[in-house]
Amino acid sequence: MSEIVISVHNLTKSFGKFIAVNNISFDVYRGEIFGFLGANGAGKTTAMRMLSGLSYPTSGKGMVAGFDISREGEMIKRNIGYMSQRFALYNTLTVGENINLFAGIYGLSKKSAAKRTEELLAELKFSSERDTLVGSLPLGWKQKLSFAIATVHNPAVVFLDEPTSGVDPVTRRQFWEMIYRAAERGTTIFVTTHYMDEAEYCSRVSIMVDGEMRALDTPARLKEEFNAESMHDLFRTLARDAERGELYP
Amino acid sequence: MNVIEVNNLSKSYGKVKALESVSFSVERGELFGLIGPDGAGKTTLFRLLTTLLNSDKGGATIEGFDISKDYRKIRPLLGYMPGRFSLYPDLTVEENLSFFASIFGVRVKDSYDLIAPIYQQIEPFRKRQASKLSGGMKQKLALSCALIHHPSVLFLDEPTTGIDAVSRSELWDMLKNLKEKGITILVSTPYMDEASLCERIALFNEGRILGIDTPKGIIKQFKSRLFAIRSDNMYSLLEAAREIEGVIECYPFGQMHHLIVDSKFDPHRFTEQLGSLTNLTIEPAKPTIEDVFINLMKQ
Repeated sequence: MSEIVISVHNLTKSFGKFIAVNNISFDVYRGEIFGFLGANGAGKTTAMRMLSGLSYPTSGKGMVAGFDISREGEMIKRNIGYMSQRFALYNTLTVGENINLFAGIYGLSKKSAAKRTEELLAELKFSSERDTLVGSLPLGWKQKLSFAIATVHNPAVVFLDEPTSGVDPVTRRQFWEMIYRAAERGTTIFVTTHYMDEAEYCSRVSIMVDGEMRALDTPARLKEEFNAESMHDLFRTLARDAERGELYP
Repeated sequence: MNVIEVNNLSKSYGKVKALESVSFSVERGELFGLIGPDGAGKTTLFRLLTTLLNSDKGGATIEGFDISKDYRKIRPLLGYMPGRFSLYPDLTVEENLSFFASIFGVRVKDSYDLIAPIYQQIEPFRKRQASKLSGGMKQKLALSCALIHHPSVLFLDEPTTGIDAVSRSELWDMLKNLKEKGITILVSTPYMDEASLCERIALFNEGRILGIDTPKGIIKQFKSRLFAIRSDNMYSLLEAAREIEGVIECYPFGQMHHLIVDSKFDPHRFTEQLGSLTNLTIEPAKPTIEDVFINLMKQ
């Protein structure tokens, strides 16, 4: 099997008596598009926070991009890419300035930051918009730019938290093509979504219910295993029995 | 008389045209959907129809009342659930409900039958502050508050955005029940797969209506030849398919790619030319609302 980029064993996170993430284990490989699904309150956000170095597990262990999630949170933050559903670039800076700023934050030298800015602009076919203020871009473009910026330091893995929420269907597909391209080049993609058709685009999909990982496989094999017609059916079958969803604090 | 009548309604914010000459009507008891992405103008339309904004041009009526002149008559007739949670976070569940009842001059018990199927699900938490509810519970409370005065029209701005697929179907079930009680519902959503749950829909993009019809009628507008293709490597397939003669467009569509083709296209030749891709399949496909939307957006 190819190189493992994320490896998690018996990962658990409790808040007082509440077990948000309950003993989950999985591996994610280089160049894989890993779909991370679950009902609201299933523990996805808590798990993502641990994997991206923002919080430490209560028990269990994990490695992300070669660093220990229990001890090396800071190193993880530097070596992963992260894009949230809320647009997080600077509206009052231009496209070029935003790329350059984040390149600097991630420690690229002036020279390599300039080079990387050119690369990303060319890839986005966005060179003509270099001096456009980000605030005046349409939402879909902002999201594509956010993704590009999340890869500015060529991270081994990029975490995408509902990246296409509210984006029109044409741009949503362009966005997924960017994901495909990045994955083809060996970047690992870890993505959450509420669009079940997007779950189909993933190499493998996991589904969390009540803090546990109830399913993990390719979309095709999962549908076969649970005798579901689509990912939507499968998700409903698994998440319908969620006990805590609505009770999550 | 139509419950909602919209005529050439336009609204700009500075240079940005949020809504451009939009017209449609909604009949009594209809479940009407506005389908479109963020920035399409859905929220602006809601704010105009709920008399919270004034239009630049054009007009609309709700139950025959003009949205700019008769706003005082309109407000008691409508229930509005904005996209952002807008109840009082430091009031409890039941305090929020009584507050909205008193504003509209009604008693909670008079509307209890109407809201019961929704409110009973959160009633065990009636002493909890609204800010401490989960997303799904907040939404049920917001819907209960929007219904407390038994409105004739219910406006719901993206009630299913950001909530999981199971809660989404629950919400649509609730809407169907309300519709059966005679309430006219105008609901917006960015999720194309929810369009089929409405009786009629308007497809919205960049301030304009791309089409209005029943979901089936909208799908009938799709006149191109459509195929569904797949193979083991979906990304290679996407790139390769676009180079084949007769292919107008190829885009990812769930577990397949959709392929729009012209008369020069030959499926047998397609399979031969892409013979290097393993487990390649091609079959005719039925278009969906999303195919129509993509098609209309590109025109």
